[in-house]
Amino acid sequence: MSTFLDRLLGRVKLSGWLALVAPLLAVLFAAVITSVVLLATGKAPLETFNALAQYGSQPRTMAVIVNTGTEYYISALAVAIGFRMNLFNIGVDGQYRLAAVVAAGVGGAALLPGVLNIILIVVVAVVVGALWAAIAGLLRVTRGVSEVISTIMLNSIATGIGSWLVTNHFGVLRGNELATKELPADSRVPGMALIPGTQLQVTGFIVLALVLGIAYYVLLNRTRFGFELRATGQSESAAVASGISVKKMIVVTMVVSGVVAGLIGMPELLGASYKYSTNFPTGLGFTGIAIALLGRNNAVGMAIGALLWSFLDNSSDTLQLLDISKEIVAIMQGVIVLSVIIAYELVHRYRIVAEQRRVSRELATPQQAEGAAA
Amino acid sequence: MKILYGMQRPDEGEIKVDGSPVVFHTPGDAISHGIGMVHQHFMLADNLTVLENVILGSEPRRGGLAVDFRAARKKIKEISDAYGLAIDPDVPVEELGVGARQRVEILKVLYRGARILILDEPTAVLVPQEVDELFDNLRGLVREGLTILFISHKLDEVLRVADAITVIRRGTTVATLDPKDVTARRLAELMVGSELPSPETRESTVTDVVALAVRNLTVSSDTGRPIVDGVTLEIRKGEVLGIAGVEGNGQAELVEAIMGMRAGSTGTITLAGADISQWSTLKRREAGIGYIPEDRHRHGLLLESPLWENRILGHQTRRPNVKGVWVDRAGSREDTRRIVDAYDVRTPGIEVDAAALSGGNQQKLIVGREMSGDPVLLIASHPTRGVDVGAQAAIWDHLRTARAAGLAVLLISADLDELIGLSDSLKVILRGRIVADIDPTSVTPERLGSAMTGAGEGA
Repeated sequence: MSTFLDRLLGRVKLSGWLALVAPLLAVLFAAVITSVVLLATGKAPLETFNALAQYGSQPRTMAVIVNTGTEYYISALAVAIGFRMNLFNIGVDGQYRLAAVVAAGVGGAALLPGVLNIILIVVVAVVVGALWAAIAGLLRVTRGVSEVISTIMLNSIATGIGSWLVTNHFGVLRGNELATKELPADSRVPGMALIPGTQLQVTGFIVLALVLGIAYYVLLNRTRFGFELRATGQSESAAVASGISVKKMIVVTMVVSGVVAGLIGMPELLGASYKYSTNFPTGLGFTGIAIALLGRNNAVGMAIGALLWSFLDNSSDTLQLLDISKEIVAIMQGVIVLSVIIAYELVHRYRIVAEQRRVSRELATPQQAEGAAA
Repeated sequence: MKILYGMQRPDEGEIKVDGSPVVFHTPGDAISHGIGMVHQHFMLADNLTVLENVILGSEPRRGGLAVDFRAARKKIKEISDAYGLAIDPDVPVEELGVGARQRVEILKVLYRGARILILDEPTAVLVPQEVDELFDNLRGLVREGLTILFISHKLDEVLRVADAITVIRRGTTVATLDPKDVTARRLAELMVGSELPSPETRESTVTDVVALAVRNLTVSSDTGRPIVDGVTLEIRKGEVLGIAGVEGNGQAELVEAIMGMRAGSTGTITLAGADISQWSTLKRREAGIGYIPEDRHRHGLLLESPLWENRILGHQTRRPNVKGVWVDRAGSREDTRRIVDAYDVRTPGIEVDAAALSGGNQQKLIVGREMSGDPVLLIASHPTRGVDVGAQAAIWDHLRTARAAGLAVLLISADLDELIGLSDSLKVILRGRIVADIDPTSVTPERLGSAMTGAGEGA
């Protein structure tokens, strides 16, 4: 037993393949738990999973999955920026909704022509998201208010301000739907017919999502700002001793997180509904939290997580045909997140122990004579 | 030690307690076999009383729910009287001194029925008088039939207190000796494996150029009480100024104030002629202050980052670590390799996490990092705490070399031999004030110890 463990822990580079195995095992584990729930309610698990897979692999569903996944991914990036610094921006949800309302209102007014209007809309969204997030950052550094509390409350306030803006300023009544004025036809971002076999286009914002993903990686891993952010996240006390201004980092990180959050609503606004109404998707910010956890704040991991989440969300509709409650998917999603967290924690602990063992083993034998001279 | 206490599992070999082999999976197993551990860093909740601290986690129950404080108090009194620990169970731990806290730790393990005590560097935080008291207590425990495993790198203490000595170097037993047949010098040689290191600095390298001048530095706590009280000191280039004092007398706050990590300090700090009192920590570091922190895990390292990223820490605005806004990965990796070579950091490579290195090697990395970039002043807070003898000697060597090259060093240490041996001048800090200037060439650890506790005041 111990020799096997030794081999497993000592030689194998855990960070490599186990980083992939852990989430896979977690998904499998979630499938097992879901099967138990299905069996308990008298349904056949295999049949259910088969139905999900069948439905999810149809071209039209695939396009929907990619489109929703794009929004999920941007949301996860916004959350992850905070997470890397131990900053819990629960307010991504309010940030993107408020940003979308204001941007839709400004864009609907068609102050500028064509592409310029698109740029204006995006800039407005980004600025609103950043400012809304900055409130929580400033409260934290000046008054010591936990960003968890303040962002949750700011979410409610954002909801209030949003409906006030739509009702009193931007809103146009069409039929019985109150919404902002539709964006003019030349201020819309076209989709791309990427997936053959369906009329449904993939949102043009998938390009933005990819760029953001790369920018996220580069910012965190290659820049001084990213280093300071990660250092603060790992050890605030070490950051302080190293001359990193933690207060400045908190505000700047919240703002960057808010900037990305402001972009979450853009695929919907500029590429799908062209207006903000009561039908505008809500809760994307919370989905982003789950996906950031699922993908361990890793740019690629979150992309996979976003697609998986989107697949589960979108193909759950088909379960009703089998007379299965679609909430079974929510159970599955919950179990996946929990088991991924546990799996990674275990891998992480093993990795630290393994590395310590490896170091002491590599140092033990060859350097004995030389070390004695110290 | 971690294995004996069940915190880590052995790869091979066996442990026998009272002649029968045992296997520990958790500290709980060790405790149930009568093994108790007193950690180097106290594990006490300051705002609870002694009684509450002792029973925490193994509270005697009454009627299934209520904690039976009366029974616990009685038992603690019994133990305290039986072993002469002189502990009042109803005093909050925050009111106790370091020596008494240690006795509470010992009482805690005795309360859990320990017959074998492991003491990890128990004297690291004690002044000589407190050490004597501790040793009296330990002899009392041994008379009552207890077994004590006393882990220390202070040889004279081991010689004084032990009935048998085992020397461990690099994880293997080097020798088992009778303290009557061995000298401190011989013991030290066994520990190091070769010639004996000594902290003594040879000829003076002190110049006339003042590197750091601190005037009337006062740091107040949140409640307005002064923690550092009107400290004035000067360090010249090539000088090591030692600050002696019992821990918790304002040393940490003094260092933090000089580093600019602490708000609410008044007074002026001048570095190489420039008034830096209002500067940020970053600016002070860039101006040439190197900092070896007291707690390397909390303040000196990113434990879960590779060594080369740790090289950047604290130097994140300077070459060779960054180019503009970009991290210079090649540059910092190369410079990390330089540090690893020059400071003999024992590691398989620079991509391993800092957590994987031993304390001594972590510390050597920090020393190497803080010596980079031509510092003017080095603040060394307990630079050799918790490191092995080999690393200790190496760190002393590096400090001496840098001093000869004109570095000013502020040395804070609890190791009196280190203070006396390395310092060109010594100041004693007590309750935030500098209470004595001492010439390190003519003082003994005992005299320094009494100055630190205030016993030598006015003498």
